[in-house]
Amino acid sequence: MSQMLTATQSGTLESNDIMITLAPNFKGSGIKLELESVVLAQYGEVLRQVILDTVTSQGVTDVLIKAVDRGALDCTVRARVLVALERAGVKIRSLAEKTSN
Amino acid sequence: MDLRRTMLFMPGNNPGMLQNGGVLGADSVILDLEDAVSPQEKDAARFLVSQALRFVDYRGSERVVRINSLDTFAAQDIEAIVPCQPDALMVPKVQCAEEIHEVEQLIAKTEFPGQRPVKIIALIETPRGIAECYPIARASKRLVALAFGAEDYTATLGAERTKEGLEIVTARSLLVNAAAAAAIQSIDTPFTDVNDFEGLARDTAFAKQIGFKGKLTINPRQIDVIHERFNPRQDEIVWAQQVIAAIEQAKIQGSGVIALNGKMIDAPIVSRAERTIQLARRVGLLTEGREQ
Amino acid sequence: MKNLLGREIPEFADGYGKITPFNGAFSHQPSITRQSTRLKTIKPRQSKLLTNIEAVFDKVPIQDGMTLSFHHHLRNGDGLVNQVLAIAEKRGMKGLKIALSSIFPVHAPIVDYIKQGIVTSLDTNYISGPVAEAVSCGILDTPVILRTHGGRARAIEYGQLKIDVAFIAAPAADDYGNMNGIMGPAACGSLGYAFPDAEYADNVVAVTDYLVDYPLSPVSIPQTRVDYVVKVASVGDPTGIVSGTTRITKDPVGLKIAATAAKVIEAVGMIKEGFSFQTGAGGASLATAHFVRQMMEKAGVTGSFALGGITGYMVEMLEQGLFKKILDVQGFDLDAIHSIATNPNHLEISAGFYASPFNNGCAVNKLDCVVLGATEIDTSFNVNVVTGSDGMIMGGSGGHSDAAAGANLTIIVANLLRGRLSTIVDRVTTAATPGETIDVLVTERGIAVNPRRQELKACLIKAGLPIREINELKEVAEKISGTPKPIKTGDKIVALVEYRDGTMIDVVHQIRH
Repeated sequence: MSQMLTATQSGTLESNDIMITLAPNFKGSGIKLELESVVLAQYGEVLRQVILDTVTSQGVTDVLIKAVDRGALDCTVRARVLVALERAGVKIRSLAEKTSN
Repeated sequence: MDLRRTMLFMPGNNPGMLQNGGVLGADSVILDLEDAVSPQEKDAARFLVSQALRFVDYRGSERVVRINSLDTFAAQDIEAIVPCQPDALMVPKVQCAEEIHEVEQLIAKTEFPGQRPVKIIALIETPRGIAECYPIARASKRLVALAFGAEDYTATLGAERTKEGLEIVTARSLLVNAAAAAAIQSIDTPFTDVNDFEGLARDTAFAKQIGFKGKLTINPRQIDVIHERFNPRQDEIVWAQQVIAAIEQAKIQGSGVIALNGKMIDAPIVSRAERTIQLARRVGLLTEGREQ
Repeated sequence: MKNLLGREIPEFADGYGKITPFNGAFSHQPSITRQSTRLKTIKPRQSKLLTNIEAVFDKVPIQDGMTLSFHHHLRNGDGLVNQVLAIAEKRGMKGLKIALSSIFPVHAPIVDYIKQGIVTSLDTNYISGPVAEAVSCGILDTPVILRTHGGRARAIEYGQLKIDVAFIAAPAADDYGNMNGIMGPAACGSLGYAFPDAEYADNVVAVTDYLVDYPLSPVSIPQTRVDYVVKVASVGDPTGIVSGTTRITKDPVGLKIAATAAKVIEAVGMIKEGFSFQTGAGGASLATAHFVRQMMEKAGVTGSFALGGITGYMVEMLEQGLFKKILDVQGFDLDAIHSIATNPNHLEISAGFYASPFNNGCAVNKLDCVVLGATEIDTSFNVNVVTGSDGMIMGGSGGHSDAAAGANLTIIVANLLRGRLSTIVDRVTTAATPGETIDVLVTERGIAVNPRRQELKACLIKAGLPIREINELKEVAEKISGTPKPIKTGDKIVALVEYRDGTMIDVVHQIRH
């Protein structure tokens, strides 16, 4: 299990991008996600799922996530979450392993 | 035939550009981790390009990733990118054959079993690189093209970069010759004034004339102009068809020596004619069965 | 009841009356007559000049429940609507209907006037900014009536939109009520959308900040229909009136779409002598004009006329001899204003001349080709330009439905994907322009041709253009974006979307948070 130690950020507020802010959460307190999106009504659930899946796939269990989405595709969301995790000190498992889109 | 008339750069940390890269019609897209990405965003671009390679449909454009140079982040880039199955890596600022060997080893280490071998395109951007073109061109089976970057080259040379480009004539010729000698492609330097389409057309026509097979492209608006210049002209197609017809005719008649309009047709002429026909078909100027 | 497009519409609406369902773009031909206005006389040496706007309220007199009309030529620089409503507020008036041809962010104070009950009804062709948001959230008890530019002219001409007082912001006027749009600090060019109001309102007021000696020349709107003239400090902010110099988009995807749209026009053989053309002012539409221009230059042809909202780009084409005339119902920039003021081949036309379906022929009928945008388009080619994909009102037809109906070739240019959203949907959030009037959709990932136009499709395929079925393009988009969850709206109807002929093509429901 990876423990996140520092607060980090990734992505931008440009169109088609998403800005991810991560902060450590107390052990055992779980994943808390705050999501803003220009397509919240249509894609809110999908975005939420992609973010949570990406975080848990890296073994992170306790984290505060703020995501401000400007219409990013799933692959962009994953990339931004992964780099934020890496910046927070999480060792990212191979990127090549097949993930469903 | 690998068509690389246009190789379009796209910034590696820009999701909007990366997801639309396939609709612009370039023969190759170059997802750039080098100059277009600031040092503190190299990691982010690496993740983004990895994801784009796996999930974005580039609709027939060759997918090339320009990695960082060997003295900076090349190793990390290769480790992250190669398993995502790009068609090729473009290596910047190549100065000698050993660098290609080094990249080759890094790629081989990361490729998974059965993966289609990742090709290499060497970007030559220094006087030393130009001097070493031929050894570089022969350095690896993976190497499919030499590309020329004139901005860094002239800076190192200490020459003023001009639109006319007299200062890079020698470098261009050396690079084209080395690539041809090694039977790989040569790709010309970008034309940097993105609003001067007449200048671009002239520069591209010159590049084609001296033997380049394509041109690095820094703006999507340049694509059509460059394609038009690299596409075979109508008179070239007609000539190529006549050559092929003459050969067919000679075969039927069993004659050994073939001539067209009083000129002898030898092997290099035949292969040039075949290349022209092939290219014309690829770009839709000729269709099978309607070749008049 | 359901109309021809399967949209559920009521049979009756408060503040509107009985509703006729849309039943095809050219099927509605009511037997009615034009309205006429009460005869008025004015005696020699009687003055029309009043000291301020409030004096108009006393003179008419303006009463609760009346309909006041305005034009939108000053766009987001308009200063008149807010001035007039401030007086209504001061006088404690209630229940006014505001018939403003387009509503912009500058008209935000209307929200407050609605809350106070001063304004209770809106009749418009396009609505954006805070008023649009408030309407979407259900601020009004009666639905907003959304018309097309041609439909508004038609509704006024036939008395369906009865105007008690038309306040006409006049960039220049004389003391007897002659007006034009080409002089003074608030110059806006054509006054085309104010013509029906001037012609058919019971009372017509010219409001200007640039009063010239009698007689004004040239005259756009004549003294013969004007009751009062008021001089105010300012009718508008020039920086909000012109939308700046119009530039071709630099967005590579937009350019790709535009270049493809131009190839469509060329492939159907329209780049020839006498070509007539309309294009929008924004994004890929204007960029299409750029590529069409190059084709016309190359082919050496002269078009007959350019129509619609006019930009400097069309003016350049006129001056270059690529078009013989411009028919201008609205100018977008300083070049358009300068040209209409100086070039005899640049003609000012009224909204009715431009697009009304119920006169003896409007200009859109003479169009070879129009290039339009879309927020959404469905697999039956119906277009939404009224609401965003979240259901919020953010525009309106304007001349969209009119030009689409009139032109021989109607092309929609749109990014297949905007951010994450697909432009092609199974069912548009709001239907504004019926699919039967749309011929070709051009996106960055391919072209779709309306099945009604098989001969066009054959032409385009022969030209080697990338033709696909509209369903296929939708699948391409959904493969990239995933399938969007349908949005939920409230039950309350906040806007009636009237087709140009006065039938109901759709309604807009309240947004649900």
